[in-house]
Amino acid sequence: MFKTLKNFYHKLGSYPWFYKISGKVIPFVGVFSISLIIISSIWGLFFSPTDAVQGDVYRIIYFHVPAVSVSQVIYYSMSVAAAVFLIWRMKMAGVYIKSLAPIGAAFTFIGLLSGAIWGQPTWGTWWVWDARLTSTLVLFLFYLAIIGMQSTFASRKSADTAVSIITLVGVVNLPIVKKSVDWWNTLHQPASISISGESSISSEMLIPLLLSILGAYLFVFFTGLLFMRAEISTREQNKEWFKKLSSNN
Amino acid sequence: MKQHRLKRLYGVLFIVFCSALAFVLVYFAIRDNVNLFYSPSDLFENPPQGRNAIRAGGLVEIGSVRRATDSLEIEFIITDLKKSIAVNYTGILPDLFKENAGVVATGYFDKSKMSLDAYQILAKHDENYVPKEVKKALEK
Repeated sequence: MFKTLKNFYHKLGSYPWFYKISGKVIPFVGVFSISLIIISSIWGLFFSPTDAVQGDVYRIIYFHVPAVSVSQVIYYSMSVAAAVFLIWRMKMAGVYIKSLAPIGAAFTFIGLLSGAIWGQPTWGTWWVWDARLTSTLVLFLFYLAIIGMQSTFASRKSADTAVSIITLVGVVNLPIVKKSVDWWNTLHQPASISISGESSISSEMLIPLLLSILGAYLFVFFTGLLFMRAEISTREQNKEWFKKLSSNN
Repeated sequence: MKQHRLKRLYGVLFIVFCSALAFVLVYFAIRDNVNLFYSPSDLFENPPQGRNAIRAGGLVEIGSVRRATDSLEIEFIITDLKKSIAVNYTGILPDLFKENAGVVATGYFDKSKMSLDAYQILAKHDENYVPKEVKKALEK
């Protein structure tokens, strides 16, 4: 068991292997994720019941929650990749961080924007400096810092090292984003979905929400693979295996 | 793990530790301002000094809302079920403002009357989502 895992880990670090496998997986993941997003959007917007307190405005939850959920998980995964890069010097981890950062930034932005649009009619304001909103803005700024740092170094290796360090610095912010609504008085309400206990959202509304979250994760997987392939082909364009591959096609 | 990798692992842990320490120090520096609002109990225990605007939050007490007939003026009581303070406000309220629901009022606090002259009212909604029909059926 451990041996196969270790074997897989070593394969994951190999550009040609990853390039070959990801090319096969991408079409399936793409079709599956986009159809899930379409289905859950239609379900959430037209077929799930109207909320008793908020009315139809609450339907923005089907975009807001998936976006902020993936934005946090992408950052966690990037910080694991950062540790892997710094300890084992695995180049693929650098590719991973560089490719996933723009996706994470985009989803954080969607989360902030949809939250503002949701906040205006319900709370009465687009923005308030409470702990949840502010820490999410900090997360967005960390993403921007990571993206910006990529192009400030002459060599790829020093850029990847510096970016890994700044990624690790930002990971401390994530538990704050998560727990801010429990630790302090905020305008933002606490979480509605609970893994361990009972969720405070009724099941007819919860099922399309879970589908939209799954759709968002698969979409990240899909775009992540696409971006990583693009990054590998830029880094390896002069290598033998890549030239052979492109001349075959 | 090989010796040089173990060393780098300690390096990684050191970065995370330093950054966590930095966040904790920042938190200690701003700890009085991290909460978005004061509860009525906070205001009784520790009334704010000076004439700076503050935020008070809690539930709108049931039966406390009084609207003026000829203007947008409104008076109500914010309670945390232990203490309560009076609020007056002139303007348009957010859709979710209602009795027994969460509210955050920003304004100037009058210590002598334990009341707040609010210039902004924000509604706070809770984490419960229930279909309209289900709620109606439950109330019958």
